[in-house]
Amino acid sequence: MNAKLMTALAAAALLTACADDQSQTVSAGAGGAAPGQIRPGSQEDLVANVGDRVFFDFDRSNIRPDQRPVLERQAAWLQRYPEVQVTIEGHADERGTREYNLALGQRRANAARDVLVAQGVSGARIQTISYGKDRPAALGSNEEAWAQNRRAVTVVR
Amino acid sequence: MRTDLRFPTLTRRRAALGAGAALAAPGIAAWPLPAARAQQPAAQGGGAAGAVINIETARTNPIPIAIPDMAGATPDAQRIGRDIARVIQNNLRNSGLFRPIEREAFIQTPEAAAATPRFQDWRVIGAQALTTGRVEAAGERLRVEFRLWDVLPEQQLQGTAFTAPLQNWRRIAHLISDVIYERLLGEKGYFDTRVVYVSETGPRDRRTRRLAIMDQDGENHRFLTDGAFAALTPRFHPNSDRVAFMAYQARGEPRVVLLDLGTGRTEVLGSFPGMTLSPRFSPDGRSVVLSAARGGVANIYVVDLASRRERQLTSGGALDVSPCYSPDGTQIVFNSDRGGDQQLYVMDADGGNVRRISFGRGRYATPVWSPRGDLIAFTRFGTGSFAIGVMRPDGSGERILSEGWAMEGPTFAPNGRVLMFYRETPARDARGTGYSARLASIDIAGFNERQIMTPTDATDPAWSPLLS
Repeated sequence: MNAKLMTALAAAALLTACADDQSQTVSAGAGGAAPGQIRPGSQEDLVANVGDRVFFDFDRSNIRPDQRPVLERQAAWLQRYPEVQVTIEGHADERGTREYNLALGQRRANAARDVLVAQGVSGARIQTISYGKDRPAALGSNEEAWAQNRRAVTVVR
Repeated sequence: MRTDLRFPTLTRRRAALGAGAALAAPGIAAWPLPAARAQQPAAQGGGAAGAVINIETARTNPIPIAIPDMAGATPDAQRIGRDIARVIQNNLRNSGLFRPIEREAFIQTPEAAAATPRFQDWRVIGAQALTTGRVEAAGERLRVEFRLWDVLPEQQLQGTAFTAPLQNWRRIAHLISDVIYERLLGEKGYFDTRVVYVSETGPRDRRTRRLAIMDQDGENHRFLTDGAFAALTPRFHPNSDRVAFMAYQARGEPRVVLLDLGTGRTEVLGSFPGMTLSPRFSPDGRSVVLSAARGGVANIYVVDLASRRERQLTSGGALDVSPCYSPDGTQIVFNSDRGGDQQLYVMDADGGNVRRISFGRGRYATPVWSPRGDLIAFTRFGTGSFAIGVMRPDGSGERILSEGWAMEGPTFAPNGRVLMFYRETPARDARGTGYSARLASIDIAGFNERQIMTPTDATDPAWSPLLS
């Protein structure tokens, strides 16, 4: 029983560790941390109050209509904090080949960047990088995980 | 005599190593030995006289070969002689084209065979070919005498003496394996080669990816990078002394980097503004073809290594990646989504005359041209599973060799007869439990798939040319 409890605690610690890693932060949802604990203009602020990522369809890099509002909120937020610089990380799911997915991730990051720039954010504040299929956010091998992994994540530098 | 023990003729083939061949390895030399004793060829037995052994026939009827331990006068020499024989046995067995006979069946002792083979003793256990040898170990020097015999006509096919530093005994075993392969099958072998690949450790969302190098049989494993930065897609220079790969540096986008295996020095290749990926050396070793991505497109460039001049070969809004030269350097096969999804295209080396070659179901990726020039290997997916296959350079004759949940990244052995690739196992749960990535090799006829043992998960293998 003790061993079982230890395993559960270890698993919980592991999950916490993941959530602390800013590039692995789970997408913004309801019920973020209490206001006052979050520094305005920080990655935590972006995640909790704006949404740090957009998702893509399989082998596509166009911004889906349901994802566009996230980028529009990001653009407004970036204009509110003009000193903030960001890197957009493009990713792909595991159902592709490594080299092509590197290029696809780059194209996705670029598509997100284009929306921010069209919304008035200076391109000089935005870098892009692709990790292809090599840094999944969800570790399962199923459609649900793949949908989470086809993403462009905006990360405060 | 049972029909499956009939011996087809071993074709008389040119000796595999010329006189006093200086091998491109530190301190290894080889020269021919005179025939151990002149003798009249015995009368042909069996009924298959005239049938010629080649790779095609060996696939269905692996050549039975006896590889006794090499003899030695001292315990050290005997141990090395045993180890060399084991490496040769493993190489030949793993090729799928030879059937090394179990040592328990041997009648004549290795020592006696090294002096004078008693062919009747080897014929009766079904050996078609026999190797004998003698090892002398004096200090740090090693001398190995090796002979290959055709058992039925009782003839020496090859005799070679090697000298080398003691620590290179494995190289000698691989060289001997290549001699056997070439003399008996009529084509160059692939045993004196290495594989560079990406070693992967840690949880899948935060993996450490290091370059590692090993002999083709998995021995002499060592890491080339320390994991401080992620390294992907290594490829050998035709001289095997340099590796081009993609590196995530501390700042900025990932770039194609050249690594000198002798000095360990690295340098970023080219002055491209964005990410560079999927490098391959040209067959003459003078340039690197790669993909440069920027602004949502990826185009293929060639970088001349002497002048560092960059020349753009493709243009447009597509993702053009994974270029690979034909062995004569006149054409380049690559992967592009210009037609809507990933397919294979061939163009002239100057970028002209582009034509699509893949037309089957699904998507095609990671094309590599066989060193023989006759085939292009690829990954096919998008139909639920992944597969490794080959097709002719005009796109005809497509054959799937292996299929599974996920696999990709084929690389040819230098003789074009074996592919290595990596195969992944899916995660069983949301924490990624059960995921793994492993190297595998397979004969291009689609049989003899084998996992290559590596200390960690492994991806992106690249097979070196023959080292000597």
